[in-house]
Amino acid sequence: MLSIKNLHASIEGKEILRGLSLEVKAGEVHAIMGPNGSGKSTLAQVLAGRESYEITGGEVNYRGHNLLEMAPEERAREGVFLAFQYPVEIPGVNNVYLLKAALNAIRKHKGQVELDAMEFLTLIKEKIKVVKMNEDLLYRAVNQGFSGGEKKRNEILQMAVLEPALAILDETDSGLDIDALQIVAGGVNSLRSKERAIIVVTHYQRLLDYIVPDFVHVLSKGRIVKSGGPELALELEQKGYGWVETETRKPAEALAK
Amino acid sequence: MGSSSQQLDQIISKEYEHGFYTELEADAIPHGLSEDVVRLISKKKNEPDFMLQWRLKAYRHWLTMSEPKWAQVHHAPIDYQDMVYYSAPKSQKDGPKSLEEVDPELLATYTKLGIPLKEQEMLAGVAVDAVFDSVSVATTFKGKLAEQGIIFCSFSEAVQEHPELVKKYLGSVVPYTDNFFATLNSAVFSDGSFCYIPKGVRCPMELSTYFRINAKNTGQFERTLIVAEEGAYVSYLEGCTAPMRDENQLHAAVVELVALDNARIKYSTVQNWYPGDKDGKGGIYNFVTKRGDCRGKHSHISWTQVETGSAITWKYPSVLLRGDYSVGEFYSVALTNNYQQADTGTKMIHLGRNTKSTIISKGISAGHGQNAYRGLVKVQKGAENARNYTQCDSLLMGDRCGAHTFPYIEAKNPTAKIEHEATTSRIGEDQLFYCKQRGISAEDAVSMIVNGFCKEVFKELPMEFAVEAQKLLGVSLEGSVG
Ligand SMILES: Nc1ncnc2c1ncn2[C@@H]1O[C@H](COP(=O)(O)OP(=O)(O)OP(=O)(O)O)[C@@H](O)[C@H]1O
Ligand SMILES: [Mg+2]
Repeated sequence: MLSIKNLHASIEGKEILRGLSLEVKAGEVHAIMGPNGSGKSTLAQVLAGRESYEITGGEVNYRGHNLLEMAPEERAREGVFLAFQYPVEIPGVNNVYLLKAALNAIRKHKGQVELDAMEFLTLIKEKIKVVKMNEDLLYRAVNQGFSGGEKKRNEILQMAVLEPALAILDETDSGLDIDALQIVAGGVNSLRSKERAIIVVTHYQRLLDYIVPDFVHVLSKGRIVKSGGPELALELEQKGYGWVETETRKPAEALAK
Repeated sequence: MGSSSQQLDQIISKEYEHGFYTELEADAIPHGLSEDVVRLISKKKNEPDFMLQWRLKAYRHWLTMSEPKWAQVHHAPIDYQDMVYYSAPKSQKDGPKSLEEVDPELLATYTKLGIPLKEQEMLAGVAVDAVFDSVSVATTFKGKLAEQGIIFCSFSEAVQEHPELVKKYLGSVVPYTDNFFATLNSAVFSDGSFCYIPKGVRCPMELSTYFRINAKNTGQFERTLIVAEEGAYVSYLEGCTAPMRDENQLHAAVVELVALDNARIKYSTVQNWYPGDKDGKGGIYNFVTKRGDCRGKHSHISWTQVETGSAITWKYPSVLLRGDYSVGEFYSVALTNNYQQADTGTKMIHLGRNTKSTIISKGISAGHGQNAYRGLVKVQKGAENARNYTQCDSLLMGDRCGAHTFPYIEAKNPTAKIEHEATTSRIGEDQLFYCKQRGISAEDAVSMIVNGFCKEVFKELPMEFAVEAQKLLGVSLEGSVG
């Protein structure tokens, strides 16, 4: 589904991703971990098409398309969804209105009929149960004045409604209480299917108890330095990132000798 | 100012070099302003003596005044002697001969707004001889109104047909001494609209200055007077939702509204004058005096405006709340893009008891646009239990534009209740990216954000107007973010 090869990206002249490669197949869940500033969000944003990053090398193939050539909204319509680490507040725009516009833009792209207000409300009432979000939030301005946890739930609600093919969750678990964590995990798990792939960026093994990944990758200084199964997350929790970083340095040092 | 007023004095005292009457025969007046020009305008319009006297008083008063200066608006000096104060019909000779000669960018905008070709020609100032359907529409329309005693005609026609009404109400809200631009207008105004709704009559349709077509060539000194007698109701639409090609740089209009007991006037404006190019060149200076007088008990006046045009806008639609229990409202969206400057706001003057006013102002700035809101709420001694609610929101698109709010409150009665709320939000790349990541195009995202921001004002506009206003904001903001 997604094939990233030797991706280099920089912002304001500073290289953040430095030769990152990753293969994600449909039906898989990948967890990406790594220290602060290692480039996890950068990767997520670059995949979503954020214009402020400059791609300086490498390629990304998504379902047979050159992803890097697609406009952000095109990527979204083709099924790429990013749950933001910091969901943006949009004053004046109704949350439910944004979601309806989003769903209809995607449906239109797929050649499906757009939903009218009634049909949409029926759908959203169904979906909101999954994330146990307060219905009032639907009628407030997008994310404005939402608590940290409410924002994250709202991202999951959007994901549940838009049913993406590739979902990238950037630290959706940060700032959630235990109950919310389970709800968010439940939302993600309900979306898990043979046709979809999910990338979860997280700092905590805890989330991976609920969303059991097929692969865990450690990102450090803009590269994936270690990959493994779910057990890697546990190991990281015990030993910290310093362990991976020294681990990976060893072969290089050995070679140098 | 000193030197240019000296210059003015010189020119005023100078004799015309060209033969005055020859010019008159040619139906055009030389550049410049003088008492003779004022007399000539009045004569050309075949006005009764009271009109001439009023114009002259205004002119003489104007000579003693100087152009106001504002903190937030900057413009090149206006040369009042370089303008032509009367030309009828406006010369079409300098205009383009066909649409091919018109700026393609302007035409593209018309197309986006869905304006029919014939109207595009009118707006662009192409000389067209064809008689428009609207002329006959106008006549049937007028007949229908006349059955109910409603008078709706041009100001010149009102001066001829209903001089007693004009005499009674002209200048009764905006006196000729009011301010520099209003005084100038009083001396030289060319035409405008007149509307009179008799006692107890509810005007059955939205009155408008005949949509886009008839808004053309109303001139730079337009004058509108609307009178609603006891218990009457009228909704009046002013405007032009397409940028008008216009050679006049300065526009100084005056609008007077009079509402008697239990009368209600709703005045809506959607305006998009040529704002100047991306560098801020060209464009219209729009200095307008709009004032409503809630003269009767329980009278109600609301101003609703959506402004996206002109290089410089300076206007403060105001309401004098004279009658007890009278209500004044101001709903405004002002957009500034590129190098536009807007200094708008309102004045609510509470004089009667239990008077109430509401101000909802939405300022949108994009590009290098500068938007200033200036509002005055004044509660006079006798105005027991006056109430005001003011909400002032600014939306900044990008980071090079600015918004400024200046609320002034003067309460001379301790029972006054005045509330003020203000917010500023910035729409930037983050918000747009968020929308795009959800599959929404940048264009739709901007219009969604802007419409969301403006909805409290849009809902005050008549339906079709609201739709046009939305389109207009979309077009005006195109490419300004992201
Ligand atoms: N606009 C910018 N200008 C300069 N540097 C930037 C900019 N945006 C991001 N960076 C830098 O890029 C690096 C990677 O940031 P990124 O947000 O991808 O890290 P992260 O792995 O998601 O970290 P965290 O775990 O804290 O969320 C950081 O050093 C950050 O400071
Ligand atoms: Mg991050």
